[in-house]
Amino acid sequence: MYNSVTNRRSFIKKMAILSAMTAAAAMFPGIVFAEEQERNLPKGSGNLEWKKAPCRFCGVGCGVLVGVENGKAIAVKGDPKSAVNKGLCCVKGYHSVMSMYGKDRLTKPLVKKNGRYVETSMKEALDLIASKMKETIKDYGKDAVSIYGSGQWTIPDGYVASKLFKGCIGTNNVEANARLCMASAVTGFLTSFGADEPMGCYEDIDHADVFVLWGNNMAEMHPVLFSRLLDNRLKRGVKIIDFATRTTRTSMAADKSILFLPQTDLAVANAICYEIIKNGWVNKSFVKKHCNFSKGLTNMGYGLEDKYKFKDKPEKISFEEYKTFLEDYSPEKVEKISGVSAKDIKYMAAYYGDPNKKVMSLWCMGMNQHSRGTWINNLVYNIHLLTGKISTPGNSPFSLTGQPSACGTVREVGTLTHKLPHGVVMNPKHREFAAKIWEVPVENIDPKPTYHTVEMFRALDRGDIRFMWIQVTNPMVTMPKLKRYRDGAKKEGRFIVVSDIYPTPTTDIADVILPSAMWVEREGMYGNSERRTQHFEQMVQPPGEAMSDTWQLVEVAKRMGFEKQFYYKEDTHIEEIYNEYRKHHVGKKHNMAPLAVLKEQSGAMWPYVDGKSTKWRFNAKYDPACSNGEEFHFYGKPDGKAVIWQRPYEPAAEEPDAAYPYWLNTGRVVEHWHTGSMTRRIPVLHKAMPHAYVELNPDDAKRLQIRTGDKVKLTTRRGEIVLPASVNERGVPAPMQVFVPFFDENMLINDITLDSFCPISKEPDYKKCAVQIEKV
Amino acid sequence: MAIKSYLAHPYNGQKEKLQKELSIIPHCEVIPAANKDVLILVTDTNTRQEEDILKEKLETITSLKLLAMVSGFNTKNK
Repeated sequence: MYNSVTNRRSFIKKMAILSAMTAAAAMFPGIVFAEEQERNLPKGSGNLEWKKAPCRFCGVGCGVLVGVENGKAIAVKGDPKSAVNKGLCCVKGYHSVMSMYGKDRLTKPLVKKNGRYVETSMKEALDLIASKMKETIKDYGKDAVSIYGSGQWTIPDGYVASKLFKGCIGTNNVEANARLCMASAVTGFLTSFGADEPMGCYEDIDHADVFVLWGNNMAEMHPVLFSRLLDNRLKRGVKIIDFATRTTRTSMAADKSILFLPQTDLAVANAICYEIIKNGWVNKSFVKKHCNFSKGLTNMGYGLEDKYKFKDKPEKISFEEYKTFLEDYSPEKVEKISGVSAKDIKYMAAYYGDPNKKVMSLWCMGMNQHSRGTWINNLVYNIHLLTGKISTPGNSPFSLTGQPSACGTVREVGTLTHKLPHGVVMNPKHREFAAKIWEVPVENIDPKPTYHTVEMFRALDRGDIRFMWIQVTNPMVTMPKLKRYRDGAKKEGRFIVVSDIYPTPTTDIADVILPSAMWVEREGMYGNSERRTQHFEQMVQPPGEAMSDTWQLVEVAKRMGFEKQFYYKEDTHIEEIYNEYRKHHVGKKHNMAPLAVLKEQSGAMWPYVDGKSTKWRFNAKYDPACSNGEEFHFYGKPDGKAVIWQRPYEPAAEEPDAAYPYWLNTGRVVEHWHTGSMTRRIPVLHKAMPHAYVELNPDDAKRLQIRTGDKVKLTTRRGEIVLPASVNERGVPAPMQVFVPFFDENMLINDITLDSFCPISKEPDYKKCAVQIEKV
Repeated sequence: MAIKSYLAHPYNGQKEKLQKELSIIPHCEVIPAANKDVLILVTDTNTRQEEDILKEKLETITSLKLLAMVSGFNTKNK
């Protein structure tokens, strides 16, 4: 007995050493290299059939090969033919097929009767959903029904959802969880360039000399792309600057780590522009030919109250006015606001200003989940526009995404309240265009947007919305100020449908739970961060009665009387839907690749013109949509010019004070993907990171006599939560700041976060609110 | 009680010093890594108290820039 325990302990020790050696050898924890992938394949795997797919998890869109044997997906390896990951996998991608085979997979529709869930047939469940929708529309009007989807929706899922709700039912109550993660990137692109999504692509990484990571823990959130940065450092000696509020694995791997106080990135970005102008680093001919200067409204508020409205009023300004505005943002002045030394601000500015250095700025949630998210996106574009470092290989402001199809389904299909697949509901020409393809009367499409995500859940709480269908997302973990929205969803007279693959806190609020087919259990497409659309075929059968989200929606649409619009055949519906969807994007600015191309290769980047992907938009050398006869053409704006915005620093909605003296920041970890509903069912990932924790600064912890593992109570104005402490482990927050990951449904940090949002993008700020901490 | 493995990042030019300092601490095993920038540290403690004392000692090492935990296992020791 004793021996067996000793052996087990020795075995575990070896495992611990092996994990660390693998992590060290791989330069960074979380990456699995091709050799290692091959070595770890199941025994006797020579007969596996390998089929290509984009990874199920983040927005990087790695190409993977899924090994199928006897109808079961049993292995994954990185696709060496994929230009995205070149054969690499992160720990999540490598274990992704295991997420399909959790013990508690939903396989039967469940209907709540007298407070208990009862199994039913799919036909009966779909009948009930259709009749409830009709009944709700009859009793409360079309704007009482809604759908809340996801950046994990495939392109066909989102497309049929938009067509049903916007085109057929006639409500703009269509939103997706990407509102919570990249809406600020969208409004940043639209306000600066008039066209959404990055102008560059991942190939920029192989050309850039300097990488500035703006509040982006890329080593944990985008490990495969980060390994490409590290690879370039080994080969070419590139510089990596981590500009963040917290010390992370990214900081450790960076050449320089610069910490700033939360929200003050606005001031630092302006200070960099101040330095660029002061030192004569402005690319004058580029700015003169291709840029305008504008300012918008300030002191916009934070959206904390119900039915909050804001509309910006852009006003053109001169370069001289902009220069005068920047006088408030000298490095010396900004040092006092931001905690970043003037020397470090000048250090960053010098790289941006050096005409011989190609610079790539990368960001994700730090800039997007920001109460001035649109502004900070604008300000980083300002830096690149002033120096002309944009739309050329290696000169690239690049917004990363967190979900596999946040770009493909939410931004391109347009599953947000104001959007259509091409254009916006407010524009009569765009409505006419969509109505013609959808074969619906143009009057069906309402010209007024309704609710963005936070307001949609507020409307559910108030009773303005009575029916909500939630697909492939987990808002009862992710909504900020969660308690209000959970209580609201549970109120009498609300009918909630949830389509998912596992029980979650969101299925707990459902009246009907539909089992969904996930990823390669059905056919579909995702669109990644670099405008790359990737197709995957159905490789295995879904369990039980599980059905794709696309087909669930088609079945309900038919039951509601929209057979004409939902004419698709079950065997060929994905192809039919994709071909119909492509019609919305016809033209040199956004053409999508034909399905045959997507089946043949590891995706294609739109605009796909004359059989070619476009790698750098707005640059006439690469982008066939440029038509002004100049080297660059920002054709998203009517005058073909990008906008340099005057945007000030403003404080966050809630900042630390005497009662709540610490900043609370939330985020993710490398092992778990978002709310962990899939990765927590993968044993190796769950064991590696079994529960959430609160990271404290070591000095704060010492003062409060808190050690790792001690229970700590976090209290905000919304409530309280108890978490185990983590001191000097993975990440180290700055003094008077704490960090909590949100993946753990048993420790719902969002119960105490704040639902403030960027007034322009309506994306909540999950990175900043005030909190009190005490040892329990 | 707990077996944990870490990547120990030294301050510039202080890797050898870090290796020496870690090696003399009880319950610590230092292993060179293929990645020359870091050291692998494995800690093996029997009680919570030992773990806490170890943590305190690690925090006093001046050549240690960051200790990034890679894996942690709790296991019975008797």
